[in-house]
Amino acid sequence: MSDSSPKKTILSARGIGKTVKSGSSDLVILREIDLSVTAGDALAIVGASGSGKSTLLAILAGLDTPSAGTVQVDGADLFGLDEDARAELRGRSIGFVFQSFQLLPSLTALENVMLPLELAKDPQAEAKAREVLQRVGLADRLGHYPKHLSGGEQQRVALARAFSVRPKILFADEPTGSLDAESGVAVIALLFQLNREAGTTLVMVTHDEHLAQSCGRVIRLVAGRIAA
Amino acid sequence: MKQSLNMLLRDWRAGELGVLAMALVVAVASITSVGFFADRVSRALVRDAHQLLGADLVLVSDHPWQAGVAEEISRRGLELARATTFISMAIKGENSQLAGIKAVTGNYPLRGRLRIAPAPNEPDAPAQAGPARGTVWIEERLVSALAAPVGSTLKLGNATLKVAAIITLEPERGANFFNIAPRLFMNVADVAATGLVQTGSRVSYHLYAAGARKPVAALEAWAKGQVGRGQRVDDLESGRPEVRGAIERAQRFLGLTALLAAILAGVAIALGTRRFVERHLDGCAVMRCYGATQGKLLALFGLEFVLLGIFSCAAGAAIGFVAQSFIAEILNGLLRADLPAASLLPALQGFLVGLVLLLGFALPPLVQLKNVPAARVIRREAGATRGGTIAVYAAGVGALSGLLIWQAGDLQMGVTVVGGFAVAVALFAVIAWSGLRFLSGSFFSRKIGKQNISLRYGLANLRRHARGNAVQVASLALGLTAVLLLTFTRNDLVDAWRRSSPPDAPNRFLLGVQPDQLAEVKAFFTSHGIPVPELDPMVRGRLTAVNGKKVSEADFTEERARRLVEREFNLSFAIWPPAHNVVSEGRWFAPGSQELSVEVGIAKTLGWKLGDELTFTVGGESFTARVSSLRKLRWDSMKVNFFVIGPESLIGRFPASYISAFRIEPGREAQMNELTARFPNLTLVDVGAAVRQAQGIVDQVISAVQVVFLFALGAGLLVLYSALVATEDERRREAAVMRVYGASRAQVTGSQRVEFLAMGLLAGVLATAGAAAIGQLLARRIFELDLPPSPGLWIAGPLSGVLLLSLNAWLSAHKVLSASPALTLRDSV
Repeated sequence: MSDSSPKKTILSARGIGKTVKSGSSDLVILREIDLSVTAGDALAIVGASGSGKSTLLAILAGLDTPSAGTVQVDGADLFGLDEDARAELRGRSIGFVFQSFQLLPSLTALENVMLPLELAKDPQAEAKAREVLQRVGLADRLGHYPKHLSGGEQQRVALARAFSVRPKILFADEPTGSLDAESGVAVIALLFQLNREAGTTLVMVTHDEHLAQSCGRVIRLVAGRIAA
Repeated sequence: MKQSLNMLLRDWRAGELGVLAMALVVAVASITSVGFFADRVSRALVRDAHQLLGADLVLVSDHPWQAGVAEEISRRGLELARATTFISMAIKGENSQLAGIKAVTGNYPLRGRLRIAPAPNEPDAPAQAGPARGTVWIEERLVSALAAPVGSTLKLGNATLKVAAIITLEPERGANFFNIAPRLFMNVADVAATGLVQTGSRVSYHLYAAGARKPVAALEAWAKGQVGRGQRVDDLESGRPEVRGAIERAQRFLGLTALLAAILAGVAIALGTRRFVERHLDGCAVMRCYGATQGKLLALFGLEFVLLGIFSCAAGAAIGFVAQSFIAEILNGLLRADLPAASLLPALQGFLVGLVLLLGFALPPLVQLKNVPAARVIRREAGATRGGTIAVYAAGVGALSGLLIWQAGDLQMGVTVVGGFAVAVALFAVIAWSGLRFLSGSFFSRKIGKQNISLRYGLANLRRHARGNAVQVASLALGLTAVLLLTFTRNDLVDAWRRSSPPDAPNRFLLGVQPDQLAEVKAFFTSHGIPVPELDPMVRGRLTAVNGKKVSEADFTEERARRLVEREFNLSFAIWPPAHNVVSEGRWFAPGSQELSVEVGIAKTLGWKLGDELTFTVGGESFTARVSSLRKLRWDSMKVNFFVIGPESLIGRFPASYISAFRIEPGREAQMNELTARFPNLTLVDVGAAVRQAQGIVDQVISAVQVVFLFALGAGLLVLYSALVATEDERRREAAVMRVYGASRAQVTGSQRVEFLAMGLLAGVLATAGAAAIGQLLARRIFELDLPPSPGLWIAGPLSGVLLLSLNAWLSAHKVLSASPALTLRDSV
């Protein structure tokens, strides 16, 4: 699908820095990060614990604000927008998959997937949610609550939720970090399959080198900088 | 709207709203049932109090009423009864006795019933109609004084009448029991035959009216415009000060209970919402990720809560309505009267209070949901719950206080209770925080913590959770304060109230003892083995001037004031204030001074202030003195009370007679007859019936209040529950982690037990102090009662705190140990 359309930059970051106060001194988490991602590409961000990769992901997704620099998502200056406008942009263009799944415990699998659709006031919310849950192989688990699903199943619900709104960019934070090897492999296979089908751009944080290599491009963070 | 409704249904199904909805339902149910019931009881009390008047309105005249007045009563669709009263000799053979004659129409009284018995000391029953023509009903004292049993005849003027029954209860009795001789009831149609009522006779003509409230009020207004010299209109306000006192106190008790229930519900809701918010932080962060704006989140959750509020309030109001009719049913026998139907106002008040409660106490924590940073999905520590914005809470508390004060209908009490609770909460939190810091402080924990690992972990937990635990201890203390207040302190208050109108209250008034008879009368009591009562001097004087300005009836518009000025005052002299009086303003006069002490109520009615100069005329001679103190006294004490007391040097120089109130046990009536036979000039008045009535009202009110208290108690328990579950999730997680790392069951439960015990002890002590302080404040400021310190409270209070938290520790340990740590940890991820 996306192969036939002209490639354009969907995500670009310029001079991103993040500094937080730690006691009386400043702690630099990120410095001078420049990167851009072309629509439909898959980018892996790798690095040791504490290298700042999750912080970078949060900033690229507009979940956190940088101390310096700018981020453009789908043509919009992310931090030129206020928080509410960023939320709208996220609702419109961005999907998420988290290490800890972040399913709402009080909602069934179906309702968890319906949530972003309902927030976008999609009248077909339920039908779309059912369809995408079927595609991730959970058609018989619609009415189950997260606590009654295995870790792999929970992450598949999270994937269904992420893809239900057909996002332009999908941010994944250690998507297999909470899964055993077998479930992890299955979830990643599903992630790439959905990504291909929808032509979504993928930005993934992982410390799994093998998984990173599955993405077309890898950047490595060392002490808050992109290592050459 | 649809989305909020969906969220409501999903949260409901997931059990997230159960505690909150229950708090709200219990709150509104208790508020409305208290409201409904209080409304009905207070209406019944007013109606029953009318029974003491014998009607809703009584018109009294010292000459026959002009013809138009009785017609006006009937014309307004009201029931009309008549009575004529006068004093006359009743004669039976050689015996004669002055009797207070009351000649009534067959339908008297219009409110309440006369009670009669077939013979002395036989069981009595309500009379179906007044005495038939040719018959009389007489009081027991007349039976013994005249030796006139039921069935015999006696002479009244020219008429010979048959004694048909013993009168045991006359509701109206007590309205003016001074100068009343034993009662004799007869039919008003027989009065002419006696020939006793002639021009110049001292006769009172009473017209009684009863019916719907509006025409009665209209008649009252009309009649007040008609009354001329020697005529007056009696309603409840002017008729029976002692009854009014009891009703006012009852309404305060009921109002207080409603206030308590509402405030406690507010606390339960605040705690419940806090928990709801903590459990929804992650969900909100996810929603923020998926594009929900802050405004949208607030609107979604706000609307969800409004919907929850509407459903819960409706359910609460319905339950409240059912509950109050249920209570009314149970109390039917006790109340001795059918309750009038409740108005809808309490339902509206309950609904409004419920919504304000929910929004006032739930909104501040809900606002935190809106502020959850989306980054929380990646870093869980981001956006932990913070304390609610004080300003937002203040707005909620302010609105709630307004509503509560409206509901209680008493500004002073509302402010006292709301303010008291606010101060208590702040104090509790501060003391709890410092107390926990001390208990877990390095010195304390080093000394004791060395011995035992559970103790060390428990104390460490106390320190680590200092803020959360302080909130929990303060909430627990608050709930426990309410429970203690409603159990121990309530009993103490009720006892104090009962004591204020004790069963051994005086039941006889002795009037007209001359100074030279004092020694003999006292000797009579001593020789008959009856404790010698206190005899107070009484001087009758007329008020002639205030601050040098002549006083006349026309100066006053209020009926009661006009009547007070018209009548002679009972003045007395003394060295010290009477034991049951309290000087509320100014200072008691010095012996030999030109100063007076006056009763607060009369001073208010007649507009007297400290420093005013009053001039009284006694037997043609006048004296002027300054008001130096105001006294509060209890009209329902049935003791001798004086409006005006001065020093002996001022009032003692006028001719005085002595008056006393004392108690005679049943069976000693004959000795009283002996007393009046030996001193024929004395008047002995039996006020036993009036005392019994007053006690009946107090008992009735106490029963009603006890039931109403149960609701507030329910709300208090709900606060306790909410406070206990508030930290349950966190404790379960911690315990699971401890178990994962090899803690034994004993270690897990041990450290929790240490933490809970310390918190329970602290909450118990705080609650006890709170309940004792609030009880004293209420007793002194509101109910004007003396409340002795209660040792039981000081034992039970701290103990209940410890027991409650121990039970909770046991239950919590049970939950923690029965679930697998893996499951607990996975749930909490």
